[in-house]
Amino acid sequence: MKTQKDINTNQEYKYGFSTDIENIRSPKGLNEDTIKFISNIKKEPKWMLDWRLKAFNRLKILKEPNWQKPKYPKIDYQNLYYYSAPKSSSKKINSLDEIDPKILETYNKLGIPLQEQERLSGVAVDAVFDSVSVATTFKEALTKKGIIFCPISEAIIKHPDLVKKYLGSVIPITDHYFATLNSAVFTDGSFVYIPPNVRCPMELSTYFRINATETGQFERTLIIADKGSYVSYLEGCTAPMRDENQLHAANVELIALDDAEIKYSTVQNWYPGDKNGVGGIYNFVTKRGACRGKNSKISWTQVETGSAITWKYPSCILQGDNSVGEFYSIAITNNHQKADTGTKMIHLGKNTKSKIISKGISAGKADNTYRGLVDISTKATNSRNYTQCDSLLMGNQCGAHTVPYIKNKNASSTIEHEATTTKINEEQLFYCNQRGLNQEEAVSLIVNGFCKEVLQQLPMEFAVEAQKLVSISLEGSVG
Amino acid sequence: MLEIKNLKTSVNDKTILNGLNLNIKAGEVHAIMGPNGSGKSTLANILSGKQGYNVSGEINFKGEDLNKVSIEERAQKGIFLAFQYPLEIPGVNTNNFLKTSLNTIRKARGQKELDTLSFLNLVKKKSAELGIDEKFLSRQLNVGFSGGEKKKNEILQMKLLEPEFIVLDETDSGLDIDALRIVADGVNSSRTKSNAFLIITHYQRLLDYIKPDFVHVLSNGKITKTGNSSLGIELEKTGYANL
Repeated sequence: MKTQKDINTNQEYKYGFSTDIENIRSPKGLNEDTIKFISNIKKEPKWMLDWRLKAFNRLKILKEPNWQKPKYPKIDYQNLYYYSAPKSSSKKINSLDEIDPKILETYNKLGIPLQEQERLSGVAVDAVFDSVSVATTFKEALTKKGIIFCPISEAIIKHPDLVKKYLGSVIPITDHYFATLNSAVFTDGSFVYIPPNVRCPMELSTYFRINATETGQFERTLIIADKGSYVSYLEGCTAPMRDENQLHAANVELIALDDAEIKYSTVQNWYPGDKNGVGGIYNFVTKRGACRGKNSKISWTQVETGSAITWKYPSCILQGDNSVGEFYSIAITNNHQKADTGTKMIHLGKNTKSKIISKGISAGKADNTYRGLVDISTKATNSRNYTQCDSLLMGNQCGAHTVPYIKNKNASSTIEHEATTTKINEEQLFYCNQRGLNQEEAVSLIVNGFCKEVLQQLPMEFAVEAQKLVSISLEGSVG
Repeated sequence: MLEIKNLKTSVNDKTILNGLNLNIKAGEVHAIMGPNGSGKSTLANILSGKQGYNVSGEINFKGEDLNKVSIEERAQKGIFLAFQYPLEIPGVNTNNFLKTSLNTIRKARGQKELDTLSFLNLVKKKSAELGIDEKFLSRQLNVGFSGGEKKKNEILQMKLLEPEFIVLDETDSGLDIDALRIVADGVNSSRTKSNAFLIITHYQRLLDYIKPDFVHVLSNGKITKTGNSSLGIELEKTGYANL
């Protein structure tokens, strides 16, 4: 662990260490050879390579979008590695005990033990290290119920019919620059299939870790909840502290069929950069769920505390009649961090409902934008949306912005939008101080109160962790 | 217990307190009365350590100069302010707030922190004494509370934290007679030989229930008159203008 010293002196980002490990990398650069390299090393069938190349051809005519509020220097896509994996991961392993001890140690330090005896009970974990999945726990227990939870690269080989049917069905390969880039070069991520009428007995979770330098992480996650099934899925993310900006461009697709429900939670804590805004992750992510069946439900919960720039809109396409989409978000930006995040609720089916609760917290010199679209189509009669966007400002050098786009195309549907912006109140702090709490404890209490509606949506195992993260992210921001 | 010597404060060059002297011993109850704008609430804020004032003079609490002591440290040392306008903190459960506060203060005093069960037993007992409905404790802190409920919540906090020096800043304002009596009973039952109270009020009516040892009149940033409890009654009749 070469940056051991840094970790001990830096309390603010305790996941900032890197693991010194031998890697296999693709040559630098974005081209057909790189794509063939990725496809080849993953032993993918030809249809998958063709799919990637089709995306790559499309990418050539696409331009990076630039309508977002946070601006960033031009990314040199030819100067990046698109595949990096620990050398040891190319060996076939039969059990978790055979995993490279350095990788196990890394996950232990991150608080995600993979070994049998130390696992989080009731949570199955897929651990993705740079471009590969290194371990998936509780696989057998899940298999007994017919649940598939495996790295997507494994699903491509073992479950090609499901992958062919659903991959790109929510985020088409032509969607937009970063989504198309991901389709061309995605490396790993999780695949989940819940068979009809099965309630997944445990939380499924993926832990993404960026380790290698000059490497982009392009993860791809696909979750399918078949008729009448239920699954709760959680992802967590961390990365070492580096003065370079690293790109993370993921695609996540969710599909809920008739009467199925998917609950997707994110605790995003990528390295945010230092106090002066040097380094940090560009978190440019496309997440979209399709409520394809009637009475289906997709619920996104996100706690976004890390990254130099967070730019994402986890969305729901409410196709099935009576389907429900929810978006609960906490976005915290401190120092020079920037966030432009929100959701899109596309109402297509009748009697569809959506709910958006967004809590943006901005401190230091940070900038936080909520951007959201509610679109109720002509056929989506008797549909409803409720949106609540609250912003909390700490100090007088930060910014909060709310940009709602609202389209209601039929008279029987209703849309409600409420928005508030408040400054953290000196009198509230004084009150807490007078009851013995110091400044940081007081801020933590007030902010956690502000976020409560969202925090209580998280699976219990992670809610406490998320509360701590909320407090840590704002340390030193007042006073 | 508390000695204030020649206390002067100003905000933006406007003088508020102008050479205030006050000496409060353990076991005593002092009342400060005075017209609007005489500096009563400023005194309460200064004693709690609130920032934003230019302060000179001396405040000694149990022999220690409080000049450089932060708000939370003063609270931990046993200074309690019952707020005139208790703050609403959305999303924060009242019980949770009380427990956090109590345990922070217990820790500072070197006492063992209370676990959830012991805390709940204690808070139940104390709130019953004040006639506070338990449901009220699971609501968000002061959010949507009536004026009376907010003030009762302040007294509950006082009873839980067992401070040594208590400032009540116009705790009687906005209270109906029943709430006033409950608040006064709460204060009276908390009086001991080792604690002391400073009651800031406009009106005599609170002093009908809480009998002070001394009544001071604060006017133009100074204590202009001091007497026993009969001074309050006299003021009620004659007003401040005649002083």
